[in-house]
Amino acid sequence: MISLFDIIGPVMVGPSSSHTAGACRMGLFARRLLAGQPEHALIELHGSFARTGAGHGTDRALAGGLLGLAPDDERLRDSLDLAEERGLELEFATVKLRGDVHPNTARITVRRGAIERQITASSLGAGRIQVTAIGGYPVEVTGDLPTLVFVATDEPGVVAAASGILARDGENIATMRASRRRRGGDAIHIYELDNVPTDAAIAGIEAIPEVQWAQVIDRVT
Amino acid sequence: MYQSLDEAIAAANDTGVSLGEIALRAEVEPGLLDRATVEARLAQALAVMRRSIEQGLTGELHSVSGLVGGDAAKLVAGSGPMAGTLFNEVLAGALAVQEVNAAMGIIVAAPTAGGAGVLPGVLLALGKRVGASDQMLVSALAVAGLVGAVTAARASLSGAAGGCQAETGVGAAMAAAAGVELLGGTPIQAGHAAALTLQGTLGLVCDPLGGLVEVPCVYRNATGGAMALAGIEMALAGIEFPIPIDEVIDAMGEIGASMDVRYKETAGGGLAATPTGRRLAKERLVQIRR
Repeated sequence: MISLFDIIGPVMVGPSSSHTAGACRMGLFARRLLAGQPEHALIELHGSFARTGAGHGTDRALAGGLLGLAPDDERLRDSLDLAEERGLELEFATVKLRGDVHPNTARITVRRGAIERQITASSLGAGRIQVTAIGGYPVEVTGDLPTLVFVATDEPGVVAAASGILARDGENIATMRASRRRRGGDAIHIYELDNVPTDAAIAGIEAIPEVQWAQVIDRVT
Repeated sequence: MYQSLDEAIAAANDTGVSLGEIALRAEVEPGLLDRATVEARLAQALAVMRRSIEQGLTGELHSVSGLVGGDAAKLVAGSGPMAGTLFNEVLAGALAVQEVNAAMGIIVAAPTAGGAGVLPGVLLALGKRVGASDQMLVSALAVAGLVGAVTAARASLSGAAGGCQAETGVGAAMAAAAGVELLGGTPIQAGHAAALTLQGTLGLVCDPLGGLVEVPCVYRNATGGAMALAGIEMALAGIEFPIPIDEVIDAMGEIGASMDVRYKETAGGGLAATPTGRRLAKERLVQIRR
């Protein structure tokens, strides 16, 4: 749903709401999916991001987001140097993603130790983003609400177990979606929530036998 | 939020309240934010807009590429036929905000960063002229937000998807409707002001040199401000545009969807593809570090 503040806002560092603010939020989303500072990030730029990203500061904005800088943080301008200082190794590439892909799209693969996460996300304009894939699974996430993501073996009962835990935690689910690549394989579960669940609830979801990993991504603002 | 401006205007008419009031009520309605928070956040946006104009008017900012900067100050000191008028002040304000934006300074994206100069340029100059209170300006900002929200729902606000008409064009339409509200016009006149303004920007391409939000973006915000003033002037004189604003927005979306990709922020056509445009881009473009 569109709000007045999607239009009158965000307050941000220039020069482009799709190429700078949106890109920064995409970086922030990837950072939060990894639950912290990546050691290495491969950033593959598609379409308009690939062609004009450098001039719009898209590279600096994505890097800034990965460093945890908000879209209105003036340090975005110097984020490439800041990445070097903080031990974030950046690798940029251009890519042609297949299918009906928004022109302002990037695929971001972040790594810390043995943990690797990947998102594909598009910047829709006015700073709004849509994450279209997580770890290769198709999703539709905006980052506008706290988002619970977990990957689990595709077996009956996982949704009931997870939603039961959230219900006992007093969580209201705004949207939920599960998708799998094949029957009996792994499935990704995405719950957009009104609030960030308690640590106990997250631990409960991680403890479901079928769940391989779970992560809560707070509102990306 | 409304997906039809004509519906919002009818609602304002039926209930006898301003369009800004209708927009504020619609924002509060889903229950995510209370009225005081909404107004406070709009007031914050207003404060950032004022600061951006002040910063830009110092004339001391320059973009990373060095292509733009200092022109807002030049305009204020100029001696053209509009020197010292509201018109001059609108153009200077719009230029100032965009110069701050190009210098990676802080602005309010409204509706986007590339089109962020028009609304503050128009609104703050008009506000000063009529001695508007902050509360009046907040209500006018809500009108602008409503116009942008409807456009986002029906068409697009991104140069990459719809060309410059979707950024500075919509910014001008937002400013026109907001300006009418600020000057005490009716909701119907606000709709006509938006339509009269947006029709003048239909087909406007997004062709920035080297893909930088600098040339022509900075200047297009100033000419967008002029377009908004034209829309306000006509609407307040009682001129009515025959195509309803929703349909003008739909036409903008349709034109944007069929626009060649060269004209959608890719620096592949228009001014970006001129010999000088290409040369400047090559000289000034910052390369992605690998």
